[in-house]
Amino acid sequence: MIRLSMGRRVFVVANYAFLSILAILCIFPVVHELAISFSSADAISAGKVNFWPIGFTTSAYEFTLQKDEFIHATGISLLRVLLGCSLNMLLTLLIAFPLSKESVLKFRTGYVWYFVFTMLFSGGMIPGYLIVKNLGLIDSIWALVLPGAVPIFNVVLMLNFFRGLPKELEEAAFMDGAGYLTSLFRIYAPLSLPVLATTGLFTIVTHWNTWFDGLIFMNSMQHYPLSTYLQTVVVNMNLGSMSLEQLQQFQVVNQQNAKAAQVFLSIVPIMAIYPFLQKYLVQGMVIGGVKE
Amino acid sequence: MKRLNQLPLHLMLLPGVILVFIFAYIPMSGAVIAFKHFVPSKGIWGSEWVGFENFRYVFNLPGTMQVIWNTISIAGMKIIAGLIVPIVVTLLLNEVRLVFFKRTVQTLVYLPHFLSWVILSSILIDILSPSEGIVNKLIVALGGDPIYFLGSNAWFPFTLVVSDVWKEFGYGTIVYLAAVTAINPALYEAAKVDGASRWRQIWHITLPGMLPVIVLMGVLSLGNVLNAGFEQVFILYSPSVYESGDILDTLVYRIGFVDTQYDVSTAVGLFKSGVSFVLICVSYWLAARFANYRIF
Repeated sequence: MIRLSMGRRVFVVANYAFLSILAILCIFPVVHELAISFSSADAISAGKVNFWPIGFTTSAYEFTLQKDEFIHATGISLLRVLLGCSLNMLLTLLIAFPLSKESVLKFRTGYVWYFVFTMLFSGGMIPGYLIVKNLGLIDSIWALVLPGAVPIFNVVLMLNFFRGLPKELEEAAFMDGAGYLTSLFRIYAPLSLPVLATTGLFTIVTHWNTWFDGLIFMNSMQHYPLSTYLQTVVVNMNLGSMSLEQLQQFQVVNQQNAKAAQVFLSIVPIMAIYPFLQKYLVQGMVIGGVKE
Repeated sequence: MKRLNQLPLHLMLLPGVILVFIFAYIPMSGAVIAFKHFVPSKGIWGSEWVGFENFRYVFNLPGTMQVIWNTISIAGMKIIAGLIVPIVVTLLLNEVRLVFFKRTVQTLVYLPHFLSWVILSSILIDILSPSEGIVNKLIVALGGDPIYFLGSNAWFPFTLVVSDVWKEFGYGTIVYLAAVTAINPALYEAAKVDGASRWRQIWHITLPGMLPVIVLMGVLSLGNVLNAGFEQVFILYSPSVYESGDILDTLVYRIGFVDTQYDVSTAVGLFKSGVSFVLICVSYWLAARFANYRIF
C-alpha cells in the first residue's frame, strides 16, 4: 500500500466528512418531514423530532387520506401530468423531426427562429394571463397544460439527436414506399426512446411541481392541482377552508404533523421516479451536449 | 434519393406553430398594454394609448429602484455562489477514491433540485423558525442570539442565496463531473512522474480541463441577471422583508394580481423582458464566440 503523507491523510478524512455532511444536508428535508409526519403532537411541539419519529402515530396520514380536497387535488395533478406529458412528447417529436431535415425542409431557418425566439423573449405575466382568460380556459385543466405544451428546450435536444442518426435508415424506408409520418413513428421515435424517456421524466417532475399557474388560472380551490393546494392550504394554513368536522379532527392531529404528512405524500411520486431520473441524468446531459 | 412531397413535414409543424402563436406571440403583442391605459371592457386594442406614462409612473414610485437593486444583487450573488460551489464540490468529489461513497453522495445531492419550492419552503420555515427551528437552537446552544432569517432585512437576501445554493449545487456538479471524466488520465500519470503534488495536479490539469465548461456556464448565466428566483421569493417573503427581498417578478405579480393594474404591471414585466432579451443575446453571442457553443 502506498503510504500517505500526514497532510494528505488529514485532507482525505476532512474531505469524506465534509461530503458526508453535504449529502446529509440534502437528504435532511425529506427525512425530517417523514419523521414529523409519524410523530405525536406532543413530541413535535416540544421540538424533539429531528431525524426519527417520536411517539409513533399514523393519525396524520389517516387525517390526510380522508381529506377529500387532498385526494381531489392529487387527481387533478395526475391528470395534468398525464395530459401535459403526452402532449409535450408528441409535440417534441412532431416539431423536432421536420426541423432535423436540414437540406429538405423549406423555410427551415424561419421555423427554427420562430420557435427559438420564444426562449429569448416573452410577453410577461399579465399578457400571458389575459390570453388564457380570453380563451375561457380559467378553471380548466387545459390552462395548466396548453401554455407550456411546446417544450422548446426539449425540441432542441431531440433535434440534435435526430441529426446524429444515420440518414440511410430513412432512405431505405422511403425506397419501400414509406412516407415521412411512417419514418417518424416507425424509425425515429423508437430510436429516440432514451432521449424521450429522459425528457419525459423531467416533464413529469415539472408538471407535478409547478404551482404558480394553478394559483393564477384557477379561481376556486376545487380546481387546484396538488402543488397549488399545498402552497395555499398547507404551507399558508388556510383554516377557513375546513368544515367543522374537519376542524375537530384537526385538533386531534397536530398542525405540523398533518402538514408534514401531506408534504411527504406529495414527494412520494418524485421519489418513485428518482432512481430512473438519476440513471438518465448524466446520459441525457451527454446526449444534449452533442454538437456537430 | 427519391424526392418526397414535403407537405407532411409542414403539417407536422402546424400544431406546434399554432400553439406557440397563441401562447407566446399573442401575449407578446398583448404587451402593448404597457403603453396604454388598459380598461378591460375596451379590450387590449380598444384602450387608449398613453405612451410611456406607465413606465414613468412606476419608475417614479419610491421603492422601484430598490426593487431593481434587490433583483440584481440577489441574482448576482446566486450566480456567483452557484458557479463556485459546484466547482469546489466537483473537485472534492474527484478526490474521493471509494466509488460507492462517491455514487451515494452524488445520488443524494441531486435530490433537492427535484423538489419544488413549495416543499422546501415548508421545511425551511420549520428549521429556520427563531423559537423552535433546529438552526436557531444550534446558534443558541453555541451562545448566540436567535436570528430571524426570514423576517429580518439584514438576513433575508442571505437566506435566499444560501437556500438556493443548497437546492441547486448538486445538480450543478453534473456538467463539471462530466468534464472531469473526459480528462485524459495519461496527463495525471505524466504529472506524477514529474513529481507534481495533488494540488499541482488539480491546478494544472483538473481545473484547466474544466475551464471551457466553467466559461460556458458563467457566460450563459449572464442571461439570469434579472432572474432572482420568483417562486422562491414569492413563497418565502413577507411584507416585513419587502425592503430587501422584493424583486421585479414579485412586483409584477403584486401590481398585476393584487392591485389589478394590468397596464403598469405589464410595463414592469416588459422592462424586465427587454433587458433580459439583450442580456441573453449577448450571452449566447459570447458563448458562441468563446466556448464554441450553439443551441441549434
